[in-house]
Amino acid sequence: MICSKGDALQASPAGFFWLRGNDIKLLFATGPSLNTRLLAAVLASLALMVVDYQGARLHAVRAFLSLAVYPLQSLASWPNDMLHRIGGTVISYVDLQRENQRLKDIELINDARLLKLAALEKENIRLRLLLENSFQLGEQVLIAELLSVKLEPYEHRVMVNKGSRFGVHERQPVLDANGVVGQVIRALPNSSEVMLITDPSHAIPVEVNRNGLRTIAFGTGQSNRLHLPFLANNADIAPGDLLVTSGLGGGFPAGYPVAVVDKFEARPDKSFANIYATPKAQLDSSREFLIVWSDANPVVMGAQDRNKSAPNSDTPHAAQ
Amino acid sequence: MPHNNHLAYFYFILSVGVAMMLRVMSWWPSLDPFNPDWVLLVLIYWAIAMPERFGVFTAWSAGLLTDVLTGRLLGQYALIFALVAYFSIREHLRLRQAPMLQQCLFVFFCLAGSESVIFGTESMKAGNQFSFDFWYPAFSGTVAWPLVFTVMRQVRQKARLG
Repeated sequence: MICSKGDALQASPAGFFWLRGNDIKLLFATGPSLNTRLLAAVLASLALMVVDYQGARLHAVRAFLSLAVYPLQSLASWPNDMLHRIGGTVISYVDLQRENQRLKDIELINDARLLKLAALEKENIRLRLLLENSFQLGEQVLIAELLSVKLEPYEHRVMVNKGSRFGVHERQPVLDANGVVGQVIRALPNSSEVMLITDPSHAIPVEVNRNGLRTIAFGTGQSNRLHLPFLANNADIAPGDLLVTSGLGGGFPAGYPVAVVDKFEARPDKSFANIYATPKAQLDSSREFLIVWSDANPVVMGAQDRNKSAPNSDTPHAAQ
Repeated sequence: MPHNNHLAYFYFILSVGVAMMLRVMSWWPSLDPFNPDWVLLVLIYWAIAMPERFGVFTAWSAGLLTDVLTGRLLGQYALIFALVAYFSIREHLRLRQAPMLQQCLFVFFCLAGSESVIFGTESMKAGNQFSFDFWYPAFSGTVAWPLVFTVMRQVRQKARLG
């Protein structure tokens, strides 16, 4: 029963109140019509989409709404987390002891490697100083845990439980123990979205560790495949080569392992070969990730020395 | 009946919240591509059952929250949900009478239309190549509709809403 406002006003007072009492039927008559509402909603959402597509101007709105949504995401993640926690708690003493022993062994080996690394780092700094080259400072990391939520099934994006409250920001690289995982594409107050390197719209600049050949690795949408489409048929690359980040573009710090080449497919009829690689990071089983802060402005080591030799320089703080 | 009114809003928010949880929950990695759009199904139910309370703007707000939940462009699901709510409300008298099979057909067209809108905006955003997996939720959602309908009707009858 649809009646306009005019009808309701013309009705006798008694009839009007009767209609008011039975408001279930009358709500269509109050306020704008269904078509008007749809038009308003469509226009509002189109405006939102255009503004959101153009930039990060709506970030505050999204951050505010995410406060309401975050509890739902944590709840949705809870059964899976619980399963993992139970799996971690219910473990026999013998297994625990064995794992402890194994971890101690690994730590010993890693410590020994670190001793050597310290010496190598010193040597690297000395060599760069000779070349008057810039030197990248060390990176800081933050451990973030995966929220077991699936944003869209066809995308390779995950949620982690650290957000802008911890200083996480967009475009930060994310690693796990074995290699590069992806980058932060959106930092919300309590959580952030990470795009994995296997997402079809992700690309990462890499170089072959063996000979420094630089190229770009694209995601394929499969969780164990990267595609390198821009190398010529005679490029010096072979299955088994390790690809590391090249540091070009400034997004990812240089030198982290990304993937291992597993297939080289020369195409005689085309100018580029088809090359596929398997990511080093355990993209589908890792639950803990490292979010990396790399120092954006490299320190020029040579400057320090030059200042020492010229103490009358007018930049006193640079001499420290 | 203001008391009944508040109760209806409570059940509405509860059901949409549960649907949002189901939407992002990962049951089993290989089944994830089939996870239907539960929020849309629940909204269709409310639009058919109580069109005078839960209209286009309610669906629009739920869509905005879903955008944030799934990390889409703000307004994408809001647009879809508002459109679907509009059609459901316009046809609600017919849909209430229709047999389950015809309701499923209507739901399928809603879900397919929703997927098409997402397809359009996503291909505008980046040159993604979507496989056929992309369209699975429309089919699984159609299959899940009778379940959603039955459960929600039970809830509504238990709560004695309109």
